[in-house]
Amino acid sequence: MMKLPPLRIYALAYLVFLYAPIVLLPIFAFNDGTIIAFPLKGFTTEWFAQMFHNDTLGRALKNSLIIAVSSAVMATCFGIFAARAGSRFNFPGKGGIIGLIMLPLVLPEIIVAVSLLVVLLGMGVTLSIFTVMLGHILICTPYAIAILNTAFNSLDRSLEEAAYDLGESKLSTFRLITLPLVMPGLISSFLISFTISLDEFIIAFFLAGNEPTLPTYIFSQLRFPKQIPMIMALGTCLVLASIVLLTIAEYFRRRGIAKTGGKDTGGFL
Amino acid sequence: MSNTPLSRLARSEAASGYAMISPTAIYAILMLAAPLITIVAYSFFKDGYLTILHEFTLDNYIATWSDPIFRAILLRSLIVSGLVTFVTVVLAFPIAYYISFNVSASRKSLWIFLITIPFWTSYLIRVFLWKVILGYNGVINSFLGALGLEDPLRMLNTVGAIAVTLAHAYAPFAILPIFVSLEKIDRSLLEAGQDLGESRFMTFLRVTLPLAMPGVVAAVLIVFIPTIGDYVTPELIGGGKLPMVANMIQAQMLPLDNKPMGSAIAVSAMVVVTVISVAFLFLNRKFLRGQK
Repeated sequence: MMKLPPLRIYALAYLVFLYAPIVLLPIFAFNDGTIIAFPLKGFTTEWFAQMFHNDTLGRALKNSLIIAVSSAVMATCFGIFAARAGSRFNFPGKGGIIGLIMLPLVLPEIIVAVSLLVVLLGMGVTLSIFTVMLGHILICTPYAIAILNTAFNSLDRSLEEAAYDLGESKLSTFRLITLPLVMPGLISSFLISFTISLDEFIIAFFLAGNEPTLPTYIFSQLRFPKQIPMIMALGTCLVLASIVLLTIAEYFRRRGIAKTGGKDTGGFL
Repeated sequence: MSNTPLSRLARSEAASGYAMISPTAIYAILMLAAPLITIVAYSFFKDGYLTILHEFTLDNYIATWSDPIFRAILLRSLIVSGLVTFVTVVLAFPIAYYISFNVSASRKSLWIFLITIPFWTSYLIRVFLWKVILGYNGVINSFLGALGLEDPLRMLNTVGAIAVTLAHAYAPFAILPIFVSLEKIDRSLLEAGQDLGESRFMTFLRVTLPLAMPGVVAAVLIVFIPTIGDYVTPELIGGGKLPMVANMIQAQMLPLDNKPMGSAIAVSAMVVVTVISVAFLFLNRKFLRGQK
């Protein structure tokens, strides 16, 4: 292939632009000063200590973890049904149904949030972390489907047929043959959904009532300059956590492709 | 099942398909379709004090569209989103091109992974960090100051600052669809173009670009539609002084508690966005035809 050095320089500059805000995060998290600005004042771990002793933050973290785990499990289950139906069967109205399920991918989140809010309040449902889950399942499912589609599409159908011929029932075939083969896709879908839910702000802002979640807590603290260094420390932890989770998700996604005999995209890990 | 046609239907492929997709479909209908229909209905209701009066009225729409503040905010949202979309897609194209054509096959997924990581890290904190970078005492002004420039730039609370922040946030959305469509291009077509005497630039213009257009169109829509509804960036980077549609919807829904009015604004904004998107697809139909 032809090499164009200017394009490479541009690509690297673009990566710098993409990573600039994230690189600043640990710099300010360890900076011994209450004002987020240069020049730096010195090294401290005070903000991390402050973070671990904050009760509201603890509650927000607990809420967010409950919401994220439940939403990720549910979105992955819904994803399995939809991806399986999409890759195996043809039926009238398939495009429309899948279109509706995938709609949250392009619909502004505020529309999802306000429409759910209006319906839930109209039905007299009290807002809680449960109502946030309802919304998060909705927005995580399309991502789960996108990942699981790849997993199911690269699955060799003759393996399942062989199991039927050898006398396995539909259910036991799914458990013994299909599930192990798509497992990496499931793990990857779970982790991506978990990350999306953990980071989602607007739906939680509208539907959580008085319960804090991590993003709504962060948003409420950004108004107070005194709290910012602690939020930077929290952000550093969150960024590290998402990088670890995404790396694991990516690893499993690739292992899944390799396992089902798909073409190797290779390169990473 | 005693009825023969019915049992035949139950065994058919279509029935299996419906059965398989039904849990997800029912959830989407209950939690997405029904609520969307509800806010459309609400937008035609009257707001009574503490209750909603279920009688048909167009007042909410008349009030919305005759309100100069709404028109100004909608116009600003469209300008900001249009600007963000243009900047994001124009900046993203060379990256997608670079990864697709100049990066060796084994390194491509590493590049794609590197580009998506920032997108998955806390959106709120990323937006806030742009405030730190662009602020009056921020990173850019500190460096300019160190270089001897006395006057700090006032970059926050401007449409430009909102656009930079959103362009950063939606970068992967623009890169991925363009990358996918570039990957699909048969490389022999490019060689054919050059063998037939076209320069490399003309080959790009006449072969690569038209074939990449479906990806560009997808990128435009996938950036334009969500940015219109962004709440956080105008709030944090615009300092609340440059509200966009989402901020107006939030104000009507929560603090003012006028749900029919909020619904009318939300529906109006959705209709405008849909009309623009459909018009955009129509204008680009010749690139999309016959391609899948």
